[in-house]
Amino acid sequence: MAPTRLSRTEFAIWVAAAVAVVGLPLLLPIFSIVQLTVFLIFCLLAVSLDLAWGLAGLLSFGHAAFFGVGGYAYGILAVNGLATPAALLAGGISGALLAGILGYVAFYGRVSTIFLAVMTLTVTLILLQVMGSTADPSYRIGSAVLGGYNGITNIPSLALGLPLLPSIELGPAGFFRFVGGFLIVVLALGRLMTFAPFGRILATIRENEQRTELSGYDVRWRKLAVFAASGGIAGVAGGLFASWGNFINPEVFSLSQSAQVVIWVLVGGRGLLYGAVIGALVVQALTQYLGAIGTAYTALVLGLLMVAFVLLLREGLVPTFLRLSLILPRHKTPA
Amino acid sequence: MSILRREVMRYLLGTGMIAAGATLLGKTGVAADEIPVGSILDATGPINIYGLPMIDATRFAIDHINETGGVLGRKLRLIQTDCQSNNQIYAQNAVKLILEDKVAVLMGGITSASREAVRPMVDKYGAVYFYNEQYEGGVCDKLVFCTGVTPAQQLGVLIPWATKKYGKKVYTLAADYNYGHISADWVKVYLKEAGGQLLGEEFIPLDVVNFDSVIQRLQTVKPDVVMSLLVGGNHIAFYRQFAAAGLKGRMAIVSATFGLGNEQVVLRPEEAEGIVVIYPYFQELDNPVNKAWVAAWHKRFGANYPYITDSACTVWNGWHIWAEAVNKARSLESKAVIAALESGIAFDSPEGHITLDPKSHHVVHSAHLAKVNDKHGFDILESFSNIAPVDTMKVCDLIANPNQHKQYTPQF
Amino acid sequence: MQHLLVNFIGGAFAIASLLLLSLGLAVIYGMMGVINLAQGEFVMLGAYTVLFTAAHGLTLWLGIVLAPVVVGLIGILVERGIIRFLYGRPLDTMLATWGLSLAFIAGTTLIVGPTTEGVATPFQHLTIGEYSVAVYNIFVIGIAAASFALTWFLFRFTKIGLLARATMQNAEMVAALGVSPPRIYMLTFGFGSALAGLAGAVMAPLTGVVPTLGMAFIAKIFITVTVGSTAIFTGTLAASGIFGAVESIVAFLSTPIYGQVAMLLCALVLLRVAPQGISSLWRRHG
Repeated sequence: MAPTRLSRTEFAIWVAAAVAVVGLPLLLPIFSIVQLTVFLIFCLLAVSLDLAWGLAGLLSFGHAAFFGVGGYAYGILAVNGLATPAALLAGGISGALLAGILGYVAFYGRVSTIFLAVMTLTVTLILLQVMGSTADPSYRIGSAVLGGYNGITNIPSLALGLPLLPSIELGPAGFFRFVGGFLIVVLALGRLMTFAPFGRILATIRENEQRTELSGYDVRWRKLAVFAASGGIAGVAGGLFASWGNFINPEVFSLSQSAQVVIWVLVGGRGLLYGAVIGALVVQALTQYLGAIGTAYTALVLGLLMVAFVLLLREGLVPTFLRLSLILPRHKTPA
Repeated sequence: MSILRREVMRYLLGTGMIAAGATLLGKTGVAADEIPVGSILDATGPINIYGLPMIDATRFAIDHINETGGVLGRKLRLIQTDCQSNNQIYAQNAVKLILEDKVAVLMGGITSASREAVRPMVDKYGAVYFYNEQYEGGVCDKLVFCTGVTPAQQLGVLIPWATKKYGKKVYTLAADYNYGHISADWVKVYLKEAGGQLLGEEFIPLDVVNFDSVIQRLQTVKPDVVMSLLVGGNHIAFYRQFAAAGLKGRMAIVSATFGLGNEQVVLRPEEAEGIVVIYPYFQELDNPVNKAWVAAWHKRFGANYPYITDSACTVWNGWHIWAEAVNKARSLESKAVIAALESGIAFDSPEGHITLDPKSHHVVHSAHLAKVNDKHGFDILESFSNIAPVDTMKVCDLIANPNQHKQYTPQF
Repeated sequence: MQHLLVNFIGGAFAIASLLLLSLGLAVIYGMMGVINLAQGEFVMLGAYTVLFTAAHGLTLWLGIVLAPVVVGLIGILVERGIIRFLYGRPLDTMLATWGLSLAFIAGTTLIVGPTTEGVATPFQHLTIGEYSVAVYNIFVIGIAAASFALTWFLFRFTKIGLLARATMQNAEMVAALGVSPPRIYMLTFGFGSALAGLAGAVMAPLTGVVPTLGMAFIAKIFITVTVGSTAIFTGTLAASGIFGAVESIVAFLSTPIYGQVAMLLCALVLLRVAPQGISSLWRRHG
């Protein structure tokens, strides 16, 4: 049933998406571009969770922790004058490192999926408390004041440049293109991976870990690798977020932030990576819409949405939609 | 099959874009003579304890300005957005109001973290921004006006009074965030001036509800005065457990934060009675402006409206100060409005006569000491006027050095 | 000496409140393998029940009796409406109850508003030398011990408890013998919810009751129960004992923040040392 290799259609989608990312800033007003950029950053975070959860069945309840650590790393280094692309890279590395440590404890200790969820949640809560308690001005790293719940503010925006030339701060359009481009590259690489041997083994781990192991595959390092990669991408997303808003604060480690990431992937659907993107866009747009009309209670709707999707649309929007549109017509015209 | 899938994928991509785009492109078409103004506050989420009364105050202030002739002879059109107690949405809404709605002024923000999320956006995209809430002081930004009371304005009056009235030994309990830390440092400064002695200070995380160890320590060190800088729903537990352990009557509690979240309404009178607080505004203030204001408020929102908080009055002050400055500048252009705001604007507020300090962009307030009574309200003890925000004035001069966009943390 | 006694009562109170808060979820998780992330909101609803009765001029004690009944019924509704469709899918259950928790918080805020008048702590205080301790804290310790004993008795010595344990071991066999397992699950979940409601009711006079109250507890409850694992009684008792002690000792020596961080770090270490739950440290699984 599942396709064995990448279809040309998918390739065409990437090209179309790339054209859209380049072209949209010419069509839309600057406000929409700024807004879309933060949506895309969250798409990236959702995709990173889907890499672990959808592909390998590793549900982390603390993905916000990798995102937040990446954001803090970017903020601290950029405020201290490190070139922003290097700071962004460091954000990714910190996310990967934290995920790697947690993954090592979990996978090499062979704890169950539930315990992985508990561990990631615990670490997120510890980070929330620790970063929240750095309010005293004496908590500083170089010239970056950690600032407790206020967080770090006035973080420099991402600036790109060629070596030896002064780098130029990306404007809203440039930053949008950078984020969009990065998202497309991650999506493409992630999709290519699912068709590669490594991705296929991950799928078998998800479906039946014991059988995979009995077939002679070491599942531990594979789980660790994909989890660390997932954490790394979340870390980059965090760095991009810090650059987008020029601030980062411990709220990124809150329970509701962690819940959001899970909701995006749950709503969009797991495993295809596109689902994560659609889920993040739909839920963010919904949140924004509910906030704008002001009468509805966003958290109430999001909570009920979460329950409804688990109960009624377990696969999520994209897989369900694909299944319906691919299978139903075939019933009409039996070949 | 492959054609079909292509259709599907195309459709999929399309819906995603439309879903995202629908809210982005938005709607325009505004009566040309109305002036759009923006407010960012929390109607939902945990912070709405503070947000909802401030939203009421915002509507009340705008309507009042419109009824009394508007600004530049035009009516204000309020665009109120709900930030859902989420700082990222604060940043997003600020961008939306500045770039899309092109508001003449942006007001709002409740926690300092929300203000610090909005400030980079204000500086990046350019707008006059009012932050109308008590906070830790030190913001020094050409585009930003902080109308709330700062620690020096409260503690500079409260600490000398408390040491004289109750005794020189003080123990500080502060919420473990920026306001708590900076205020606790100011307690030390004023305590030293008053010749008092600090027996200890503790910083309590915002999610702590068990104050057992704190109460034991208080019993061990036996201070005369407990200086409370606790905030939020969870910390209400402190006052309750303090009373339950029988410490009420053995040491006094004074606070610069009690009441902001209507603690005196949540707590029973037998638990809260006698706590002394200091704010620029109390509903009970006995002056003609306030009498009329409270009557109008109750007419608008109903006679059993909980308690009109200091935050509500600060919001009212913010809008009126801005409106007065625009009328004085005869222009909505940022530079002209800021120049007018820096020309020494004064306003007869329900709290008393207030002025805007041109150098620091902060407000010179009145301050009143009050004691929680047995009817979920306050009894005014003493009033002070012309209390300057010396903490911020000491470090910030936006006239001499206008290109500043930062928050100073005091060095002690 | 007096100081020591006061500290001892403080530590016992920390352990007892953790035990009382966690017991409900321990039953639900231990018997059914369900992790209910909305457990904190059940606690919150229990607290609001007390507030509601107090607002109508009724005594606090009636509220404390009523809360487990009300929240137990809500629990049964949740089990019938959501949980029963998700048995055997622990992660999905966590997701659905997480959503439920968000919805409960939002719904409560919508209905009761963000602030409500609370109830005062009953009883006076007890003077030990120059210290005084709230008698209510000792009452909480008593309630925790009583609920623990009652729950143990219920599952160990009554027929319904026997049926519940049998269903956990082998649901098909129980069904074959003419007892409906879904009914047992429903009652077990209801009982676990009722315990959370009781915990909330008892805590109400000690804390400020706000719709987000559950969030202050859920992480602790969650961690205590997962570390205690499926050993409902020994595991939960040991886990709350360790965490309560660590938290109150560290909090007393330094500040509450380090108390909480120490507790969470302790949980991570325990999870690594004993991934099968704390009881596996002394109990060999056959």
